[in-house]
Amino acid sequence: MTEIQYVAPSTLDEAISAYAAADGAARILAGGTDLLVQMRSGMVKPGLIVDIKKIGEMSAIEELPDGGFRVGAAVSGAVLEEHPKFGKVWPGVLEGLNLIGSTQVQGRASAGGNLCNGSPAADSVPALVAAGAIANIKGPKGSRELPVENVPAGPGKTNLEPGEILVSFTFPARPKGSSDAYLRMIPRTEMDIAVVGCGVSLTMDGDTCTAARVSLGAVAPTVLLVEDAAKALIGSTLDDAALDKAAAACSAACNPIDDKRGTVAYRTKVAGVLLKRTAAIAADRAKGG
Amino acid sequence: MAKIHVTTTINGEPTEFLCEPHHTMLDVLRDNLGLTGSKEGCGSGDCGACSITLDDRLVCSCLMLAAEAEGHEIETIEGMADGDKLHPLQQKFLEMAALQCGICTPGVLVAADALLKKNPNPSETEVRYWLAGNLCRCTGYDKIVRAVLETAAEMRGAAE
Repeated sequence: MTEIQYVAPSTLDEAISAYAAADGAARILAGGTDLLVQMRSGMVKPGLIVDIKKIGEMSAIEELPDGGFRVGAAVSGAVLEEHPKFGKVWPGVLEGLNLIGSTQVQGRASAGGNLCNGSPAADSVPALVAAGAIANIKGPKGSRELPVENVPAGPGKTNLEPGEILVSFTFPARPKGSSDAYLRMIPRTEMDIAVVGCGVSLTMDGDTCTAARVSLGAVAPTVLLVEDAAKALIGSTLDDAALDKAAAACSAACNPIDDKRGTVAYRTKVAGVLLKRTAAIAADRAKGG
Repeated sequence: MAKIHVTTTINGEPTEFLCEPHHTMLDVLRDNLGLTGSKEGCGSGDCGACSITLDDRLVCSCLMLAAEAEGHEIETIEGMADGDKLHPLQQKFLEMAALQCGICTPGVLVAADALLKKNPNPSETEVRYWLAGNLCRCTGYDKIVRAVLETAAEMRGAAE
C-alpha cells in the first residue's frame, strides 16, 4: 500500500478544496462498495480518500416545494427505500438502485457512486436517466447542473471536470398519472451484472401515453437515453404497433460488447424485449395498478 | 504514516483504536480488537462472511474503512449471545443443523438477525433474497432458511 490519507470533511467546500488540491490523486468515498474493491485489487491507488458522508446535503433526502425531490449523491439504496414518499413517486429509480449487489451492499451503495463509477451496466443509471434526474455538481469553479445522461463519458469515465464532486440529484415534479420502472436481464436471480438494463418513465392520461423517457444500460459504452423509443410511445395507447416501433428503436440504439454474459445479437434483441416489459410495468403503475 | 484515532461503539462498549487509512473495519475487528467472529471470505463484498451492522444497518465490514466507524455504533456476531445464553437464532441453527463448516455462519446469523429486527414475519422468498449476499458452500441453504423461518415463528410466539 502506498501512502494514503483519509479525510471526512463536514462541509462541501472543505471536501472540494481537499479533492481539488490532490490534483487527480484523490478518490471520493461514498458507499465505497466499488472503491474498496478497486483499492484491494490494486486497480486504483488513491493518495487521498475524501469521505463525503458527513456532508449534510450529500446524505439528505429532501422533498422540494414543487413536489420534486433532491437526493444526496451518497444516500444508500437502503436509506432511500425507507423514505415514506420517494419510492411511491419513483418506484423504478428505487428498484434500479436496489438491484445492486446484496442486502449488505445496498446498505452502503449510493446512486452517486454508481453513476460516477462509470460502469455502462450500472443498474441505477438507466432509471435515473429515464426519470430526467439532474446531477448537481460542485467544483473549484462553482456549481453546475448536468442531466444524468450527460454524466457518463465511457467505461469508468465521467464528464465531471477535475476537482468536481457530484453533490445530489434533483428529480422533477411528476404530473398525475406518472410512474416508472426498471428491468434488467441477468442469467441468475440475484447478485449479477446486467446484460441489458432498461428504464422507462412515463405519464398516462387514461390509456394514452402523454410523456415518456426511455433509457438502456449495458448495450453501449455509456448508458443511453433513447429518444426515438420515447417518441414511439408518446401519443400511443402502448398498443403492439407502438411497442414494436419503440422496441426496434431500442435495438437500433444498441452498440454493445460481445462477452461471456451476452453476445451482440443477444443484447440487441433483449433490449427490445425489455423495453416492452418495462413500459408495461411503468404504465400499469401509472394507472394506479 | 500517521495513524487515525477512531472512537466508536462496538457491541455496546465504547471502543477506541488506531488504524491505517486503508484498513477495513474487518481488518481492525480481527487484527486489532481480537473480534475474530467476522470472517474474511472474499474481501470484496461478495460472500457476506464479514457481515456486521453499522447503526443497525447490515453491511460488509470488508467494504468499509475502519476510519468510517468514527462516532457510529457497530454490532458484530460477538454481541449476539447474552453472556452464555445463545440468541434464539444461534440456538435454532444448532438444533436444525443449519451449519456445517461454520465459516459463513457468523455472517448468516448477523444478517438473519438484522432481517428479523426489520421484519419479524418474513416469507421464505424474503428470507432467501435477504440472505442472497451470504454464500454457503456446505448447507445448500435450505437448512439455513428453515432455521430462520422457524426462529421467526418462535420469536413471534414468545412476543405474544
